[in-house]
Order: sequence, then C-alpha cells, then structure tokens
Amino acid sequence: MKRYSVFAIAREALRHHTGWERAWKSPEPKKEYDAIIVGAGGHGLATAYYLGKNHGIRNVAIIEKGWLGGGNTGRNTTIIRSNYLQDSSAAIYEKSRSLYETLSQDLNYNVMFSPRGVMMLAQTHHEVRGYLRTAHANALQGVQTEFITPQRVKELCPILNIDGPRYPVLGALWQARGGTGRHDAVAWGYARACSEMGMDVIQQCEVKGVRSENGKVTGVETSKGFIGCRKLGIVVAGHSGQLAEMAGFRLPVEAVALQALVSEPIKPCMDIVVMANTVHGYMSQSDKGEMVIGGGTDGFNNYTQRGSFHHIEETLRALIETFPIISRLKMLRQWGGIVDMTGDRSPIISKTPLGNCFINCGWGTGGFKAIPGSGWAMAELMAKGEPGPLAAEFDMWRFKEGRFIDESVAAGVAH
Amino acid sequence: METGCNMLLLECPYCGVKAEETELSPGYEAHLKRFGPGSTDEEFEAYMFARKNPKGVHFERWRHTYGCGKWFLAARCTATLEVFGTYPAQVGEPPADIIEKIKARRPDWKGYK
Repeated sequence: MKRYSVFAIAREALRHHTGWERAWKSPEPKKEYDAIIVGAGGHGLATAYYLGKNHGIRNVAIIEKGWLGGGNTGRNTTIIRSNYLQDSSAAIYEKSRSLYETLSQDLNYNVMFSPRGVMMLAQTHHEVRGYLRTAHANALQGVQTEFITPQRVKELCPILNIDGPRYPVLGALWQARGGTGRHDAVAWGYARACSEMGMDVIQQCEVKGVRSENGKVTGVETSKGFIGCRKLGIVVAGHSGQLAEMAGFRLPVEAVALQALVSEPIKPCMDIVVMANTVHGYMSQSDKGEMVIGGGTDGFNNYTQRGSFHHIEETLRALIETFPIISRLKMLRQWGGIVDMTGDRSPIISKTPLGNCFINCGWGTGGFKAIPGSGWAMAELMAKGEPGPLAAEFDMWRFKEGRFIDESVAAGVAH
Repeated sequence: METGCNMLLLECPYCGVKAEETELSPGYEAHLKRFGPGSTDEEFEAYMFARKNPKGVHFERWRHTYGCGKWFLAARCTATLEVFGTYPAQVGEPPADIIEKIKARRPDWKGYK
C-alpha cells in the first residue's frame, strides 16, 4: 500500500491521478481465521486494527452485512468527549479521546479530528450541581474539564441565548480538548490499515448463525458459506440482540432509533460543540457549513433506521430556544440509526456464556467518540481471553451482580 | 402494510381512541415473568434486564398517557412498524385472535415464547 502524503499528492497531480490504488481489498473469505469480527463499523474495525497492531493477531476477517461504516458509524453527529462521571467510563472514553488526537498519523488517513471544544450547558440548579460534581470527578480522573460561567459561555459561543425565558444558562461543563471528527474517515482509515496488515474486510456478507462445539465457538454461517474461527468478536451495535440469540444468550439491550439531522449550509457561526441536555438537543457546525443536530432517542423498540417526526420537532424546539438565530434555517436531511441501549446506559465489553465468543455492544447513543478506546479494550479482551483494565468493569454480568456503571443518572439523559 | 411515512397509530383497547404516538408512552417488552424475593439471581436478572429485543414481532406495553391514562399491550413488528393489534393488559399471554393475525401476516414467525 502506498502511503498518503504531500509527495503522493504532488506525484499524482503530475500524472492525472492515475496512480491511486484501492484503499482496501475486497477478498473472498478464507476457510478459517484466527479471529472473526462481525460488524465492519468503527468499533469492529478498530477492534481488528488493535488486534493486529497491539497483539500481533493478523489472520483476521471483519465481516459486514451491508457496507463498511454504513450503520451508526455513518449516522452519528461525530461528537468526541470524555467528560463522564464514573471512573470506568472516564477511563475508556479518555483513552479513546487521546487516541483520536493522533489517529490520523497512526492510520496515515486524515480523520479530521477537530478538538474544538465541547460545552454542556447547565440550565437548572440540579444540572449545575451535577456538572460541578463531574468537573471535580474529572479532575481526579485526569480528564481536563472545567465548570465555566455564563459570561464565558457567551464568549465561547456568541450565538447562544443565555437569557432564555424558560431555562437561562447558569454555567457549563467545558471540555476544551473534546470536539468532532470525520465519521466515515474513521471507518475508512481503520479498514485501510486492517487491509494493509493482511486482514480481510468482507462486505455484503451476512452472518446467519454461530456454530459451536463443546461450548466453544467454531465459526459462523454466513451468506457466503461457513467460515471457521478460533475466536469470535460480535461488534454489531443495534443488531447485538440477533447475534446474541444466534450465539445462544440474551442481552440486557433494547434497540431503539436515534435520529439526527443537518440544516442547509450557512457561513461559520459556531466553532464549538454545544449540548443542551435539559431541553435536550445538541449542535455543531460541519466544515461544509451545515448545522449538525441531534437529540433524544425514540422511545420504542425499532429496527427500521427511521424515527418519528415529533422527536425531531422536540429537538428543534429545544435548539431554537437555545440558538434563536437558527429559527428560520431549513433542514436539509434527516436520518436514523439503531442504537443498542443497556440498562445502565453503559457499554458491554465482555466474555459471553459461549466460549471464545466476545461481545462489544451497548454504546447506545454515544458510540462514535468511543471507537478507538473501545477497539483497544476489545482487542485486548479477545487476544488475552481476559479483560484488561479498560474493559474490566464493563462485563455483561454486572447487571446480575448490581455493579452498574450508571451514566444515565449521572447525566440525566441517555448518551 | 403500513409505510414509513405514517405515524405510529395504536388503538387504545379501553377507550377505543385510535391514538397517535404523541398521545402515548412506550413501556417496552410485555408479558415479562416477574420474580422477586426468593428467586434465583439468574431469574431476577432475566426479569430485570434480559430482553428478547426481536427484529420482527414484538409484544410491548404502551400507556395512553394523554388519553384515558391506562396501560395496554400491543403486538407490533419492529422491522416494519406494522401493528398487528392491541389488547388489554390484564392477560398473561397474547390473545388467540392476535396470534392468528400475526401468523397470517408472518408465516415463518416462530411464535410467542
């Protein structure tokens, strides 16, 4: 594989761009692999990448039902932050955020990480207390955040209405090192790096069953036939329940739709990410000028990748209150993704009742930010058979044992 | 079959109102077998957390929040949003006529378990 560089661009410019090669190969599946990852989204590809990079396991296939990064990886609002309350969450999300900082260099692929700052508004006294607590917790965890005044909020984001009649801004939790990234590029960059290591990224290949012998996984039945493996990683977000059923166990997960939308492009008007969790909407501006908008999930089990109109309406109502200047913006596109929500709103990176079968799911509405850290922790779990420090608390048996990592109570909203 | 452009409409089996989604609150999986003191950890965990979460026929709870306020149950397809029917909550299992309706629409449906 040729490296991308300024010299490569110059060389190709001189020969009419005839020398670029495919970023990743599209091979037919082999009979057997050391490890198979089901799901070529960000988390699955990152898992494969760190299996190869950190643990030297390169005889790996990543199997994808649709196309690469076509699920939630391509459907999110690209926010990257690590300002969580609980220690185990802060550790894995901060690992992830720090990996994003150098991901472009690491992958030799521009993921356009933009550490522009993430601001979470406090609009009730309860929220002020909550975010002060989070800021103190973050200080102990080594995550750089601070609680800022309404005046500072206004300086950082002049288009914000801090004197709203219902919910005036009382302060904010500010993570200057948070930001956004280019979601598709994260999937593409990891896929290219995996392919370069000799791994097989197999798209349009649906897993239809999990085969096992004596309580240990032996391979997967797919639309391209049986493929054997010594270890299996299930990293399929919204469809985790289906894969778990094939593997013979049940998860504390429900699949619901989460919608997002973008406006028509306008001139640069905000250079940070703002989340308003009391009224429940969040917004940033893409490099193309579109306002990228997200809100809460739809409330019922849903696999259709589309949601209900009134949820969009609620989100926009919240954001118009927060940013009055967007009230006459036209919305261009709207879409939905299927998110896997766990009982405590924290992810699962875990061994399973089936031997040599591992699962990484439950990232719910906040998976994009976690891609590098999640892949790092899942790769360690798959390579060693036991979780490392990042994944240790996120096992699926925590629900039985009452060891919740309760971020839903910590934030008051899903994330 | 309902198409994607429609809002979700459920008929409240108590007051008969064909309510759209903004009038209702979802309550997730129905017919859970309840366990409490004296049960095993596995049973209690299954009741509290483990969910069928099917891609297809799903039996679920809804509340007619901005109507009569009563909880009722619905059979719905999570893959197409098709509604097979609604019924009162005071039953242990889905009624036979709903099951028949689902079987007619989904011949490969594995059945309620």
